[in-house]
Amino acid sequence: MSNEPRTRIAETFERLQREGRKALVTFITAGDPDLDTSQRILDGLPQAGADVIELGMPFTDPMADGPAIQLASQRALKAGQTMEKTLAMVRRFRQEDDTTPIVLMGYYNPVYVYGNERFLRDAKDAGVDGLIIVDLPPEEDEELCLPAMEAGLNFIRLATPTTDDERLPKVLTNASGFLYYVSITGVTGTRAPDARDVAAQVARIKRHTSLPVCIGFGVKTPQQARTLATAGDGVVVGSALVDIIARAQDGGAEAVRGVHELTRALAEGVRVAGKDGT
Amino acid sequence: MSEHKPNTYTGLPDAKGRFGNHGGRFVAETLMPLILELEEAYRAARADPSFQEELDDFLKHYVGRPSPLYFAERLTEHLGGAKIYFKRDELNHTGAHKINNVLGQILLARRMGKTRIIAETGAGQHGVATATACARFGLECVVYMGEVDVERQQPNVFRMKLLGAEVVPVSSGSRTLKDALNEALRDWVANVENTFYCIGTVAGPHPYPEMVRDFQSVIGREAKEQILEAEGRLPDALVAAIGGGSNAMGLFYPFLDDADVEMFGVEAAGRGLDTGAHAASILGGRPGVLHGNRTYLLMDEDGQITEAHSISAGLDYPGIGPEHAWLHEVGRVNYVAATDTEALEAFQVCSELEGIIPALEPSHALAHVMKMAPEMDRDEIIIMNMCGRGDKDIFTVAKHLGVEL
Ligand SMILES: Cc1ncc(COP(=O)(O)O)c(C=O)c1O
Repeated sequence: MSNEPRTRIAETFERLQREGRKALVTFITAGDPDLDTSQRILDGLPQAGADVIELGMPFTDPMADGPAIQLASQRALKAGQTMEKTLAMVRRFRQEDDTTPIVLMGYYNPVYVYGNERFLRDAKDAGVDGLIIVDLPPEEDEELCLPAMEAGLNFIRLATPTTDDERLPKVLTNASGFLYYVSITGVTGTRAPDARDVAAQVARIKRHTSLPVCIGFGVKTPQQARTLATAGDGVVVGSALVDIIARAQDGGAEAVRGVHELTRALAEGVRVAGKDGT
Repeated sequence: MSEHKPNTYTGLPDAKGRFGNHGGRFVAETLMPLILELEEAYRAARADPSFQEELDDFLKHYVGRPSPLYFAERLTEHLGGAKIYFKRDELNHTGAHKINNVLGQILLARRMGKTRIIAETGAGQHGVATATACARFGLECVVYMGEVDVERQQPNVFRMKLLGAEVVPVSSGSRTLKDALNEALRDWVANVENTFYCIGTVAGPHPYPEMVRDFQSVIGREAKEQILEAEGRLPDALVAAIGGGSNAMGLFYPFLDDADVEMFGVEAAGRGLDTGAHAASILGGRPGVLHGNRTYLLMDEDGQITEAHSISAGLDYPGIGPEHAWLHEVGRVNYVAATDTEALEAFQVCSELEGIIPALEPSHALAHVMKMAPEMDRDEIIIMNMCGRGDKDIFTVAKHLGVEL
């Protein structure tokens, strides 16, 4: 694909492949539980072992998310998070880190209201590498996906268990960066994926694309991360990290420490997966 | 307002499910194959005369259609202007227009081999209609309802349970209709194999706005025939309340290309359009994307959806069907608003003068009729959609009137 934007995402996956290991992709919601804590969590993620960072843009009506990420959005919005603040977080992160890819993830309305052109320009400027907009399927590619590619951002597609062989090419047409395989039919953070099913599905998808495939929705423990990572090129963990923020008692410090600790444990699991070739 | 008048107002949506810039299919990938399957199934059903026959038969013998077109003589005299007719969809089985759409969708679900039905509800009327049809056909039924609405629409919650439905109170977000819709979508994503999502209004991803409009259009088709029989001519104005906009689309659609028929969609102005506590998406909102379509929405400057307010739970939704958004932009339909107070007054006037206790939703339409009829000539004609009866609302109204039951 010639017009595929080349970003930190491609560089990262190429490097990981050279090193023979899988990617740990971590999700947190921007501004959760507050701007300052969230920035500290974000800034420390690469050090803790995150290879790619998904930063959620909070939305009042996250219809593809389970309770954990719904509550994360609510906490962030209550603390006053806005799109401008989310982009500012990325800008600050980039002052220290110019290699870890950042993918903004969320729903279309806050982007649309910010203004598509303005959003793409500001996101690129801030140092964003890719976008995952849950409610923009390939049928709506003209809205944001094609303009995003123009602007030099990867538009990362979700493939799901309902994306059959007939539909897959449509999903892959304008996909770039990596492909996010949603391992369950369901919302985020609810049921656990079946590793064997996932392996078969990812193998099927890999016959259609050379993009790295990361597996997410329902990955919670280092053990699970390890098992699932072997099926693809990486795993995405969100709800489990966000749950730590929800449970943190003293707010800031405990949330930061807890998220980074779990990230370290997950990263270890994922690294083992790459090494022993299982 | 656009300067380009289309040749017809009945030719949309296009292949992408758009009404002008509105509508579309803004859903997660998991749902996309399902709504494509639904669209195909709907097209096939619509082309199959036996489907329409079966639906017509149920509408006649189970729902009680056609609903009467009734000349509200005393109200007309009282207001001293245009002749006012009520399209009496409150006489339908289950007490509102919602059943027209539900039967269509449930028959479709059966054709598709789906065994489990989910629905969202605000006032509970769509939930009751869905629970009713599911009981009739022996289908499992799960209804999502915001906790706030469960609280203020207790009689309907009990009705749904009597009908064998499971009512799931929704505690996320603002705990009202929009959150019930989110929760239903989450259920659908998790139960793709056997589940049919029966949406209660002309919103959601394509093909829902079109399909629900088609099923509700029986209202306007009947009204047209009935007014021609009663008056020998078309009406001068149509008036309907707008929640998501299904009863309004149902009445308006068959008249859209009749240029001399003016149309008024009445949004809920709540405590007043300038208070922020209202549910008027067109008059008080802006275009955005929610629940699978682009349309006018109530939101803050950062694109976060804000809570709607209306005394009527059925109008308490921060969006409006995309076809209305388009009809507004091309200037074919006038969108106006009535406040809680105006609706309450209309509720009482209608009860006392016509012996009809209207639901709070059509009370909003009536409030607008009460503003416009006196300004019109006595030989002019208004048809108002009496889309629901007020039994479900007596507790709310009593509370506002300071009466203890
Ligand atoms: C009687 C009645 N009218 C109107 C509505 C609003 O919906 P719509 O605008 O789709 O007709 C409702 C919704 O619950 C209702 O129960």
